[in-house]
Amino acid sequence: MKSIIFQTASKYLLPLLLLFSVFILLRGHYLPGGGFVGGLMAAIAFILYSFAFGLKETKSIVKLNPRYLMPVGLAVSILAAVSPWLVNLPVMTGLWYDEPLKLIGMVGSSLFFDIGVYLVVIGSTLTIMFSISETI
Amino acid sequence: MIFAVISGFILAALVPLFSSFARNLIPKIYPFLPLGIFIYLGTCFSQVTQNAPMHWSYNWVPSFGVNLDFRLDGLALLFGMLITGIGTLVFFYSSYYLKEDKYLDRFYGYLSMFMAAMLGLVLSDNLISLFVFWELTSISSFFLIGYKNDDPSSRKSALMALGITGFGGLVLLAGLIWIGFVGGSYSIIELVNSSELIKSHEAYPWIIGLLFIGAFTKSAQFPFHFWLPGAMKAPTPVSTYLHSATMVKAGIYLLARFTPVLGGTDSWNWTLILVGGITMLYAAAHSLFRTDLKSILAYSTISALGILVFLLGVGTEDALLAAGIFILTHALYKATLFLITGIIDHETGTREVTSLGGLQKVMKPVALAGYLAALSSAGVPLFLGFISKEIMYESTFHFSNWAIILTASIVLTKVFLFVAGFWVGIKPFTGNLPQEHAKAKMPSPLLWIPPVFLAGLCVLFGVFPGILDAFMQTVFNSMSPEGEVIHLALWHGLNWVLVLSLLTLGLGFALYKFLKPSQSLKGKLAPFDKFAPIELMERIGITFQSFAGSWTGFFQNGYLRNYVISILIFLTVLAGYRLYDGVDIHLDWSQISDITPSEFLVVVLMVTSIFFALITKTRTGVIVALGIIGLANCLFFLYYSAPDLAMTQFSIDTLTVLLFMLVLFQLPKNRSFSTRKLRVRDGALSLMFGVLISILALEVFEAPSYTEVSEYYAENAYLLAKGKNVVNVILVDFRGIDTLVETVVLVIAAMGVFSLLKLNLNPFNKE
Repeated sequence: MKSIIFQTASKYLLPLLLLFSVFILLRGHYLPGGGFVGGLMAAIAFILYSFAFGLKETKSIVKLNPRYLMPVGLAVSILAAVSPWLVNLPVMTGLWYDEPLKLIGMVGSSLFFDIGVYLVVIGSTLTIMFSISETI
Repeated sequence: MIFAVISGFILAALVPLFSSFARNLIPKIYPFLPLGIFIYLGTCFSQVTQNAPMHWSYNWVPSFGVNLDFRLDGLALLFGMLITGIGTLVFFYSSYYLKEDKYLDRFYGYLSMFMAAMLGLVLSDNLISLFVFWELTSISSFFLIGYKNDDPSSRKSALMALGITGFGGLVLLAGLIWIGFVGGSYSIIELVNSSELIKSHEAYPWIIGLLFIGAFTKSAQFPFHFWLPGAMKAPTPVSTYLHSATMVKAGIYLLARFTPVLGGTDSWNWTLILVGGITMLYAAAHSLFRTDLKSILAYSTISALGILVFLLGVGTEDALLAAGIFILTHALYKATLFLITGIIDHETGTREVTSLGGLQKVMKPVALAGYLAALSSAGVPLFLGFISKEIMYESTFHFSNWAIILTASIVLTKVFLFVAGFWVGIKPFTGNLPQEHAKAKMPSPLLWIPPVFLAGLCVLFGVFPGILDAFMQTVFNSMSPEGEVIHLALWHGLNWVLVLSLLTLGLGFALYKFLKPSQSLKGKLAPFDKFAPIELMERIGITFQSFAGSWTGFFQNGYLRNYVISILIFLTVLAGYRLYDGVDIHLDWSQISDITPSEFLVVVLMVTSIFFALITKTRTGVIVALGIIGLANCLFFLYYSAPDLAMTQFSIDTLTVLLFMLVLFQLPKNRSFSTRKLRVRDGALSLMFGVLISILALEVFEAPSYTEVSEYYAENAYLLAKGKNVVNVILVDFRGIDTLVETVVLVIAAMGVFSLLKLNLNPFNKE
């Protein structure tokens, strides 16, 4: 599928989709969205790119092996889940900053939990997709 | 106390750590573990013998009534001291016996684990923790029996031992839970108070039946006895430890422990008398047909276990006392005999009793230990064996109408055991020293001191039985709480029991003179092998395996389509039957809202694409059609105000389509392989399943809907979790743990796909 139109489009689509996925991730707590959907979108962005340019090219721009995202994501989620222990509260209690930050909005342990989910979803989806397309 | 119990597990777990830098130190350090615990138990001795059992309690899962309750009473102390005392000797003995062994560090790990499990078992007052330790002994003994794992027969015996005792363990678990259920407590000491309640409960026969199977499998009672001779494949120190004092006595311990709770009824007594009686006679007779020292010991051990079960079955105060003393007696002389067998094997390289003789010329102390142990086993006066035998006869002699038969059978057993004991303890040392063993030499003190020490105890307790009085009193009281005051003595006066005792000795000695162990005698047993339980068990095993093979072959046949068919048929039949049987199907039109034009359009779109997917010849066509159906679904979610769901469905659908494209694009052109018949079958199945799902979807309206949960979430999302998107709040906060586990599942799935695809299983593709 090496059509010029498709390639040019996906060149611009990739950063846009990635930005969009982060946007979806961050707004999740108040409006439709969240880590899972955000992660899926980011994964789709990369897969789209690999359709246009091939696997090798995609891997060279990702640089990081997507497999590593899984343990990192899990660690982030678990740390976020047990972080309330630090202030003597049970696991999974939501901890929040009182004031919203610029651009990001409200920041709290749930957000980090969601970021972990986001990373795991990207990591596992890309691992599955890449290993399938490498094999065939 | 908990430290004493778990220290063995800790040391076992530390073995891999130590063995990297202090491998040779392990055999030197580890023997001090049982020694230390033995001394610790010794310090509790005076308190326990004053009839004041000690108690330790640690919470484990208090909400289920499962706690680590340790209780040290007479019975527990007797077993605890045997486990750690003989354990100490075995630990020291092995350090020389297995000196050249490559995996000696591992061996000590298994041994420590086993000891700790055994200790936990006899100390537990809680049924569930007792079961846990019970299973741990099965597992750790599996490693010990199969220690020489390059020998296939050793592996097989280990597997058989694990199979039999593991099976018994599961049955026991059922029994224990049932007892706890009926008696209202998992604490044994509390169950003693509700003893009458349990005995009169209708489940009582079931409870004791399950308990018996657990005890009989562990203690090698007929017909489950055959794993024990097989377990002789283990190194001799292991056999010593497992078969004289610990593992096989666990079943006896269990029966003794539950005597005050469940014992005293006819069904309890007669089952034990029957099973124990058959076992003791059968095994004692069997031991005379063997020529391998360890085989003889194996069968005589089974027989001794039979005697113990028998005595617990007789159940009178005398019998319980006799059982208590015989546990000690048997442990002492049997451990000695096993240890000297090990020495003989180590120094001469054979265990064939027919080719051994005259070894006393080269190893005097070992021969002395052998003589003393054999005499104690025979029950000669001035040995501990005599005292236990006296009380045994005393108990059967006064047992109502059946006294004669019971006494006769135990006398006969004792005669056989007399001969077996002499064959192992005396025969190899007397007579002429054969030429080929002339070079055998005196072993290291680490080997001969343990058996001599134990044999010395047989004599010490035999000459001065009074020193055991206080101890045996508490052992006796833990089986029979209101028991009378006992007194052990050498001289019981001139009575029938003494006559029987002398008769046993005379008959035994005559049989020993008359019967010589020989191969031909062993051969005479061969025709009966067909009927032996071991054969039967193996046949059951083989049948089971082939059945499992064909069952798996039928369902797990490797064709994805057949898996899908099985699952769909199963679901359709099961759910369909339930709908047919219990639900009256009717449609409540009032619950269904009006159809808007846009919904109608989407439905038309969906139906069209379904038919298109069925008809089209190209793969891409099918994929696109399926994608359209998925996206149409998203629209429905949107119509019914579930944007989160729509978004997720949209992404998932996109991914699915991409995945299909990736895979199916590479396949050759679509051709039809299936016959018309298959298509009809598949069509019918799909139709049935579709109809079923539609009915289910409509039936959902019938069930009253519970909205409390969703209302709670909606109300509290912002208050508790500071989020306005309820779906997301549920995911990351209220049900966050679920999400966490789901992400783990996702990771596992990804790793599964990765390893399946990257693992090159096809041998022709290897580079």
